[in-house]
Amino acid sequence: MTDRPVLKIEGFSKHFNLHEQDKLIPSSHNVNLEVFSGRLTALVGPTGSGKSSVLNGIYRTYLPSSGRILYTTTKGHMIDLAQADEHQILELRRKEIGFVTQFLRFLPRKPTEDVVAEPLYQKGVSQTEGRKLARELLAALNVPEQLWSISPATFSGGEKQRVNLARGLISIPRLLLLDEPTASLDATTTDLVIGLIERLKDDGVAILAIFHHPELVKRIADDVVELSPPLIAANTDTELNP
Amino acid sequence: MKKILEVNGLSKIYGSGCTQCIDRTGPDCDTNICPKCGSVVAAHDLSFDLYQGEILGIIGESGSGKSTAVQTLYFDQAPTAGNATFFDGEAQHDLFGINKARQRYLANHRFGMVYQNPHLGLNFGISAGGNIAERLLMSGEMRYDAIRARARQLLTRTEVLPERMDELPKNFSGGMQQRVQIAKALAIEPPLLFLDEVTTGLDLSVQASILDLILEIQRELNTAMIVVTHDLGVIRLLAGRTMVMKYGRIIETGLTDQILEDPQHAYTQRLVASSL
Repeated sequence: MTDRPVLKIEGFSKHFNLHEQDKLIPSSHNVNLEVFSGRLTALVGPTGSGKSSVLNGIYRTYLPSSGRILYTTTKGHMIDLAQADEHQILELRRKEIGFVTQFLRFLPRKPTEDVVAEPLYQKGVSQTEGRKLARELLAALNVPEQLWSISPATFSGGEKQRVNLARGLISIPRLLLLDEPTASLDATTTDLVIGLIERLKDDGVAILAIFHHPELVKRIADDVVELSPPLIAANTDTELNP
Repeated sequence: MKKILEVNGLSKIYGSGCTQCIDRTGPDCDTNICPKCGSVVAAHDLSFDLYQGEILGIIGESGSGKSTAVQTLYFDQAPTAGNATFFDGEAQHDLFGINKARQRYLANHRFGMVYQNPHLGLNFGISAGGNIAERLLMSGEMRYDAIRARARQLLTRTEVLPERMDELPKNFSGGMQQRVQIAKALAIEPPLLFLDEVTTGLDLSVQASILDLILEIQRELNTAMIVVTHDLGVIRLLAGRTMVMKYGRIIETGLTDQILEDPQHAYTQRLVASSL
């Protein structure tokens, strides 16, 4: 473990300004955290405290409302992801930052093994090699072999989640964001996933994760960051936009 | 990652134009027609860039100026103002500063365009294969056998039966005409491809297979593309970054997932909320 965090978040906040309804919806509020290589930081807090918004903010699926998201690249450059140019973000997504969301988003009409291998294809890996690795990972996650060659569109929740995980883990990112990766899995499969996450930690991956179950946090987290409960929505304008 | 295109302040006004055209049009005024002089401000002050192998989406409703943007870049229309630089290896081309012959050269050799209306992209007086041959001839290939073989290969790639290469485009279905257009545009393997509502009006299943084809081609050839559409589904599937246009202005630009999940502008929020 190095002293310098891979990711350091300072004063991150996110709120949504819904113009049509003329409403300001608060989400994350003044979040501060660090994530280190080879360690897992768990985000905990009540529903609505904006845990997912932190992950989405880092990945820039959400535009952060305020704060700094300082990421140190492989080359040692520090980038504020909250301000970074879109091309830079796309490049980091391709090469360094992985995100396993709660719900699988996939290209329709593609076989599962290609959905999983997608991050490798984007790095220029051949289809033969990509599929080989995808199959290994799908097998490791107990996804039945007869499903590998068909689209995940008709899969069950647990199967989709495992496909999603396999895709997130296949390219061994430098920073991995996990949003409830075991939410719809049984105990056996959860153990498999925990094993894979442990392996990534050994490989030096920095992980920021949200887990549904407190006992999982105990089992696998090296650091825990607790988010404060949500602010009351009414009359928060001044507080949110100082 | 290398930049392939940079556009600054691109504007297009149809009509005489007056001093109030800009102030009195745009999303805030809810029109693109100048109330004083009646000119149409089709596009105003568009600035954006495009990197090699990237797909940029432009989304907006009819009259938003999204097609005008690509038509000026493909030299179908002359812009009223602005400049655009095309970076081609070591060379740089000032797209609106070079003469007509140079523009034609770039359009024939380095760019491709696929229109919503196949009548604009295809010559309906000659066969499907002939259309492809035409483009190969314009780019300097003169050997009959080589042209035939390449046309056959392209039609096969875009899933048009090569046995039909000597048929006229009018004998083809709408989806097939689009495939022939794509084959024609790709004939010279352009580093930059413009796609203007290419799946609009086609059956859903045909749309899907054409979008799949576009994605596959982008992977194979690392072609940079600008995709113009009013369909959020097309953007979601194809584009890494997206620009939202309304009444000739860019009102929002961002990563496609961010535009869809966390739209900032009231219009984009309404657009996303109303998608099926």
